[in-house]
Amino acid sequence: MLFFAFSFLLSAFRANIFITMSVKNKRLDLSYSQMKWETIFKRILIVMSVVMLLLVIGTLATLIVKSMPTIKSLGIGYLWGKIWDPVNNVYGARPFLIGTLLTSFTAIIISTPFSYAVAIYLGEYNTKGWLSNLLKNTVELIAAVPSIIYGFWAFFVLVPVVRTFEAKIGVAPYGVGVFSASLVLAVMVIPYAASLGTSLIRMVPSPLKEGAYALGATRFEVIRSVILPFTRSGLFAGILLSLGRALGETMAVTILIGNTSAIGNTFKDVFFGPGNTMASVIANEFSEADHDLYYSALIELGLVLFFVTVIINLIGKKIITKYTNK
Amino acid sequence: MKVVKSLQIAIVAIAASCLALSASAQDNTLLGAGSTFVNPLFSKIFADYAAKTNVKVNYQSIGSGGGILQLTNKTVDFGGSDAPLNAEQAKKIGVPVLHVPMASGAVVITYNIPGVTAALNLTGKDIADIYLGKITKWNSPEIAATNKGVKLPDLGIVVVHRSDGSGTSYIFTDYLTKVNADWASKVGKATAVNWPAGLGGKGNDGVSGLVKQTPGAIGYVELIYALQNKMGFANIQNKSGKYITPSLESTTTASNVELPPNAEVSLTNTDAPKGYPISSFTWALIYKEQNYGDRSAARAKMLLQLLWYNIHDGQKNCVPLNYAPLSKSAVKVAEAILKSATYNGKAIL
Amino acid sequence: MDARIKIRNTKSVLFKALIIFLAFIITLPLIIILLYIIKMGVVQVNWGFLVHAPTPEGVAGGGIANALVGSLLMVGMSAIVAIPVGLLAGVYLSENPGTRLAYYSGLCVDILQGVPSIVVGIVIYFWIVKPFGFSAISGSIALAIMMLPIVVRSTEQTLLLLPASLKEAALSLGVPYHRVIMKVIVPCGFAGILSGIILSIARIIGETAPLLFTALGNVYISTKVTGPMDSLPHLIYFYAKSPYQDQIDQAWGASFILLMFVLILNITTKLITRKWNIQL
Repeated sequence: MLFFAFSFLLSAFRANIFITMSVKNKRLDLSYSQMKWETIFKRILIVMSVVMLLLVIGTLATLIVKSMPTIKSLGIGYLWGKIWDPVNNVYGARPFLIGTLLTSFTAIIISTPFSYAVAIYLGEYNTKGWLSNLLKNTVELIAAVPSIIYGFWAFFVLVPVVRTFEAKIGVAPYGVGVFSASLVLAVMVIPYAASLGTSLIRMVPSPLKEGAYALGATRFEVIRSVILPFTRSGLFAGILLSLGRALGETMAVTILIGNTSAIGNTFKDVFFGPGNTMASVIANEFSEADHDLYYSALIELGLVLFFVTVIINLIGKKIITKYTNK
Repeated sequence: MKVVKSLQIAIVAIAASCLALSASAQDNTLLGAGSTFVNPLFSKIFADYAAKTNVKVNYQSIGSGGGILQLTNKTVDFGGSDAPLNAEQAKKIGVPVLHVPMASGAVVITYNIPGVTAALNLTGKDIADIYLGKITKWNSPEIAATNKGVKLPDLGIVVVHRSDGSGTSYIFTDYLTKVNADWASKVGKATAVNWPAGLGGKGNDGVSGLVKQTPGAIGYVELIYALQNKMGFANIQNKSGKYITPSLESTTTASNVELPPNAEVSLTNTDAPKGYPISSFTWALIYKEQNYGDRSAARAKMLLQLLWYNIHDGQKNCVPLNYAPLSKSAVKVAEAILKSATYNGKAIL
Repeated sequence: MDARIKIRNTKSVLFKALIIFLAFIITLPLIIILLYIIKMGVVQVNWGFLVHAPTPEGVAGGGIANALVGSLLMVGMSAIVAIPVGLLAGVYLSENPGTRLAYYSGLCVDILQGVPSIVVGIVIYFWIVKPFGFSAISGSIALAIMMLPIVVRSTEQTLLLLPASLKEAALSLGVPYHRVIMKVIVPCGFAGILSGIILSIARIIGETAPLLFTALGNVYISTKVTGPMDSLPHLIYFYAKSPYQDQIDQAWGASFILLMFVLILNITTKLITRKWNIQL
């Protein structure tokens, strides 16, 4: 009996052969209905996974189809166009590309020393204990705070400070702008590189480190010459993840960036002045894009954003899996 | 596990009650979206209306551009806009849209200059030059010339404009186009233009918020926003050469014009000697033929009754908020427009 | 010799000091932000604040009940949609790790995790809002899409860590496959899966961008899920740029409440993972 049941479980798809034999046998009837549920269950599992595929494919398809008008009429030049003038139907994404790249990269540049420091501290200097747990939890908490709260707080607390700073160094004291947005973004993306870096540094094999110590290296030298080179690509992946996060961040940036779709002339103007990122211009102007070209121009921005963030995230994840499977 | 089981039951119970509530909640909420210019007035009128009739109106102030778009997409019952539909928008909608005038308001030039509490006198040409980026400091000769006796600081002007599609921007740029040829050729008038300089704020509230926070800032907002937030605003020189303070009286004077049957008229740069030059009507936009999508006759009637209330009893909310109420002849025109709305060809009201 | 070693040792100590400095200075912005929000927000919260809807612009009083109810409803609905789908997809991925479907599906999960929230909002606008109008349901679906990757991954990883002997023992006793999974494996990994679910809820409760053009907003307390609904982050965003001081104050109060929600959810997760000693 048990053997029958077991073989039924294994051969779920050959149920029909057993049906004819099992009509009279009650036990087999029961097994048959169980088998039916099993098949259904397995199929449900497959369907759920397919849902993931459909979501991504659907998203991509929707974005592409809806940005067709701009792709057809403006082509690739759209990305370099300097002017964003919805009134005269002139669209160019350069201001937003610059805004996005400038804020994200500045955020990464500012945050990397800090996230590396956290990773090295938690991974090497202090891996266990209450202090290390405290720091780890605090860093993870940074990631947990919703971005709208960062934006809101920064608008009322950070922006006046930046304004006085800008007045001191002699640029127009807007307060809001690329600079403030980058500062807040920097804080927001620290946890991603930090937690990844921590796990990677902890994974450095002890014999490697012990060998270095045995040769008389100081702690600093071990970190510099053994741990960092070993985890180099992993740490780079952490930066990529942070970058992916920074590129897609919408709300905090929208509040802080000043919402201007023109580019300044000098670097100082651009950096300390107001601007727009791809995400923030979509958030601001999507609900009122009234002509088709306007609409599809914004959606094409969404498409570009989609591609860029997805590619960066996938590269990062690939490096990490290569690392953890080494 | 008992916990899981009870959780499941709880979730199902909540879900069922929500669905039941949703289904039974009479469909007595109307949805409107659009102009932030008129939002303080609308929110007060609708609150009174809900108290009186149990019909709730959910008005989302996402900007006139947003209101027009959502009306085009038929996702709202009515749109609020301070700019009439332009040719392209009308063509996109395809079917006739009624512009029902609701009230008139004033777009004031508000500023935040530390140490200056007096109301500055500004000419239209100077305002356009400021927004073109030509005049960059508060103590520049042009501003000083019209404000003898006011000590203007050596402070850079921070221009603030709208970042979203805005009827208020339309009113403002409409005025600037009329008074400054440079602006007319370089920028033009629309709900969203290619602003030559400055920061963008979302909505009338965003602009007033930014101006309030930024020393040296200048922005254009509806009168009530400046008043309620105790911000200074300028006297503007009108066509007759006088500097007019934006107020209930000057707005009413400017709006005292004969409305054409379709109620689409521009009040900027008014001829009236005592009229405020940057005034405008604000309209509620509805489809003329109300049977679209799966709208019921009852819902169409509810909408028209709401708008009827707006132009009659609702008008008493205008004066306390410094919006100019519709003149008697304007109300007659508005009534005629509302009566022309049909459901399946038959008049509703 | 001695001097060189001294220099290297000094470098090492200095480096350690630098690292400690940089690492701990990170906590400063967070603490400042938390304290500020608590200070500004806690004075706003009273019973009226929590149960009243907003008053017209410029009129004092009112509360954030519309946003509170809206947030809770929408997050609840997203959870109802995302948890079964995510759980089952995670089960599939952990049970069939080698298949092509698992590979591509896992790839799509990673892609979904990286998609910016505003893009999700755009897509849902076209799929659901255009045909059916603004509704809380569309907002919930957008949020559910953002929840899915976290739920799927945490389920998959938790289940992969369970010993294979568990499943084999159940199967050998003749338990049908679906019961093995739902009654044996999933309950065993319950803590890990629950932490993943709580984390994803904590993530979406603060999301604004997907809701901007899906659930729109509502100035009234509404439970009508087929109509527009407000939410805490949307209210904060809207009031943040307002010139009216009372709206700004209410935004601080709402931020405080949102922050408390998120903190409690995260602390709960930490307690669960610590108690059951799981690796997430």
